[in-house]
Amino acid sequence: MNTTITREPATGEASIGGAATSATNDAPAATAATHAAHANADTDAPANGGANNSERVDLSLTGMTCNACARRIERRLTNAGGVRSANVNFATARATVEYDPRATAPSRLIGTVEEIGYGASDAAEAGAAEREQEAAREEQTQLRRRFLVAAVLSAPVLLVAMSHGRIEMFNVSWINPAQLVLTLPVISYSGWPFYQGAWVALKHRAADMNTLIATGTGAAFIYSLVVTVAPQLVVADHSATMPGMSGGVMTVAPVYFEAASVIIALILLGRLLEARARGKTSDAIKRLMGLQPRTARVVREGGREVDVPIEEVGVGDVLVVRPGERIPVDGVVTEGASAVNESMLTGESMPIEKTAGAEVIGATINGTGSFKFRATKIGSETVLQQIVRMVEQAQGQRAPIARLADVVSGYFTPIVICIAIAAFVVWFIAAPVESRLSYALVSFVSVLIIACPCALGLATPTAVMVGTGRGAEHGILVKGGEALETAHRLTTIVLDKTGTLTKGQPVVTDVSAVGAFDEDELLRLAASAERGSEHPLGEAIVRRAQERGLTLANASAFNARAGHGVEAEVGGRRVLLGNLKLMTERGVESKDLRERADALTEAGRTAVYVAVDGAAAGVLGVADEIKADSKAAVGALRKLGLEVVMLTGDNRRTAEAVAREVGITRVLAEVLPEGKAAEVKKLQAAGQRVAMVGDGINDAPALAQADTGIAIGTGTDVAIEASDITLIRGSLHGVVTAIALSRQTIKVIRQNLFWAFVYNTLGIPLAAGALYPFTGWLLSPVVASAAMALSSVSVVANSLRLRRFRL
Amino acid sequence: MDTSEIIVLVAGIALIAFVLWYFFAGEGVRAAASVTAAGAQRLRVLVKGGYTPDVIVVKRGAPVELDFYRDETNSCTEQVVFGDFGISRMLPAFKTTRIGFTPERAGTFTFNCGMNMVRGKLIVED
Repeated sequence: MNTTITREPATGEASIGGAATSATNDAPAATAATHAAHANADTDAPANGGANNSERVDLSLTGMTCNACARRIERRLTNAGGVRSANVNFATARATVEYDPRATAPSRLIGTVEEIGYGASDAAEAGAAEREQEAAREEQTQLRRRFLVAAVLSAPVLLVAMSHGRIEMFNVSWINPAQLVLTLPVISYSGWPFYQGAWVALKHRAADMNTLIATGTGAAFIYSLVVTVAPQLVVADHSATMPGMSGGVMTVAPVYFEAASVIIALILLGRLLEARARGKTSDAIKRLMGLQPRTARVVREGGREVDVPIEEVGVGDVLVVRPGERIPVDGVVTEGASAVNESMLTGESMPIEKTAGAEVIGATINGTGSFKFRATKIGSETVLQQIVRMVEQAQGQRAPIARLADVVSGYFTPIVICIAIAAFVVWFIAAPVESRLSYALVSFVSVLIIACPCALGLATPTAVMVGTGRGAEHGILVKGGEALETAHRLTTIVLDKTGTLTKGQPVVTDVSAVGAFDEDELLRLAASAERGSEHPLGEAIVRRAQERGLTLANASAFNARAGHGVEAEVGGRRVLLGNLKLMTERGVESKDLRERADALTEAGRTAVYVAVDGAAAGVLGVADEIKADSKAAVGALRKLGLEVVMLTGDNRRTAEAVAREVGITRVLAEVLPEGKAAEVKKLQAAGQRVAMVGDGINDAPALAQADTGIAIGTGTDVAIEASDITLIRGSLHGVVTAIALSRQTIKVIRQNLFWAFVYNTLGIPLAAGALYPFTGWLLSPVVASAAMALSSVSVVANSLRLRRFRL
Repeated sequence: MDTSEIIVLVAGIALIAFVLWYFFAGEGVRAAASVTAAGAQRLRVLVKGGYTPDVIVVKRGAPVELDFYRDETNSCTEQVVFGDFGISRMLPAFKTTRIGFTPERAGTFTFNCGMNMVRGKLIVED
């Protein structure tokens, strides 16, 4: 068998919880089996297709400039192991490869093409997305057409039914056949997908909404058809008033054509409205994907600038960005300067200044300057694509709150069918003989129609989609329904100090000279000694000296001692920089210096002692500056009813000084990096539900340990992996917003589920006629279908309210 | 109670019994996964109105890879959930989505669509 197939690539390597493993598509044998299996899909037995030993894959190629390129790729592919034949079409930029799945795989073939400098990707992958969109569009058009036909044709039928014989012109003998003629197209065209869907489900021994709609409308139609065509089969006397919608002519049994056709029209209308609203729930992700520029301007050899499709940009390429342009991929600025608007990804409204060495993110908008940058991340690796992927995955996940709804709806449909049958039987027995069939039929149809659990199924996913999408637009990436649900129940929030409350970059705040040198000279000597240092404190000192315009001297005999400080020769002087321990060790004693240093520590700064030629020279105060909005954010977290705890490796005095400044009373200081997770655990053991906020790099274990891990100021894989919520922007306010958003989303889900349950639990007995003995209420099938359509729409509309959530 | 009422009553009860049996007790299309060179148990599942096959037999302890190909846009089947394994995945239309996990426990588990209306069984054998 040599079936022609296009490969269906494995998609969605989502992170999976529990015992699950991520899918990989590297093993050739693995992919081959996929293909082999697919070959059989059309023959309706997709189980195993081991017998296949030749398959075909279409590769979409990039980078070909002429026919010679095409021939070159073709030759290379043909000579590759496991390939039977390869055909490259330059015009369509496609390669069609027939290969032995046991010897190679599409991923290898792509690699083969890439080895010789061209780009290749699986054509089916690109095609599938288009096909899905195309199908969705087609479905929309079809749906609208079906609805219009149903609406136009069911209107006169409804009018006849509502007249109850009071309108003279309807009391004619051909009125039933006329209704039949009007209803037939509604059943056979407009409502056809319901019957088709019900049939497919039935074959799988499953019952879904289609089953309910098809059974309900089908029963009403077939009954009415029999009455119209062969009235003698339906023995009934119907002088009695019929429930709801009796037929027009009183000399024969009543017909229920309107029940069939109006229900179909209303349900189609409901679907139409629902589809439109559901489309909006995924707006956020579409907007994000729309941010991706299509082309980039690359600097080629000789300084030539050429526009190339974004797919052809490689890591290391230097790209030019002109004023007002969107930055195509992630990278590092090499030349020029500008302010970049990153609001679309981070929510930060102020443009960020970028100069050489600064990182730029693809999809953000350049301001008025222009610059060149080197691409560091391309394709699916860019921050934008990671955000898109994460949001897609999050939207695919369900909140645990939805499980109840799942369990219920699985048993729901068959049980509803049983209730409908029971209602039919009870009414047939209990109702007066002359109208029993009508009553029985009406309640049977109403129960089936009102019970469609659409609202139940839409309650959670729509809210999660809108909520996570809304967050993503503002740089808040939530991992999924579960993360949302945990986040709304938090009691305690632990903030890592460095990089979370503070900027994470120390600066010199105080220069205090004693002895022979003035402040500038002290700073110059210290900075010269630290010039080669990679320690953050050293870098801060060098930066400060440069800011002051000091000319640094060369240092020699540099010696760094971990946990103590550094020493070096600067211009013939021996400079010693470090902590008290180092000074004591070297016999540098100065009471004055000690006092100044203590004052700095008290104020939350780190004191760096400086000695020159063995004599005390001064002390530098270095502090990690507190972010401007930290204090306000801590206050806002408190307002949300959360206990705020600060966690840091700093000494207690420094830590408490910072805590005081931002308004935190509970401080866990002097915690080693590896002890952070243990501290979180302790809080959890005390019954707290803990969120840990950190930069996601060195506190990953603590983020993972916490009930909710929140990584701040980042968009990297590692952080996203370890955390439940990722904040791209550095501001702590994102934490406040994320928690508020999760609370709001869960609230909407609760409302949705409540209404959906109430609706179904009240609707069914009402439709079955349980209230009839007391109030005389019996729901007409038409009202039932209107209620059903309305319930789904109202649930989606409620979820859409989250789009207006203020961030 | 006249004759037709008795007929309706009996037929109704019989119908209810049939509905319950048909939807809850019936067996579907059964298939065992094939083992790949890498030792994974792999099976392709067609998603169209239901799962074909809908009874999947695998061995305990070895990785399972199920390739779900969703051949429709009907939103009912857009998600597949393996509740016992903590897996829930969106299935894009006309694409294959691989779901990988390792069953550590023998027994019969269910997998279903997001609303638990379309269902399948996963039988893990020792």
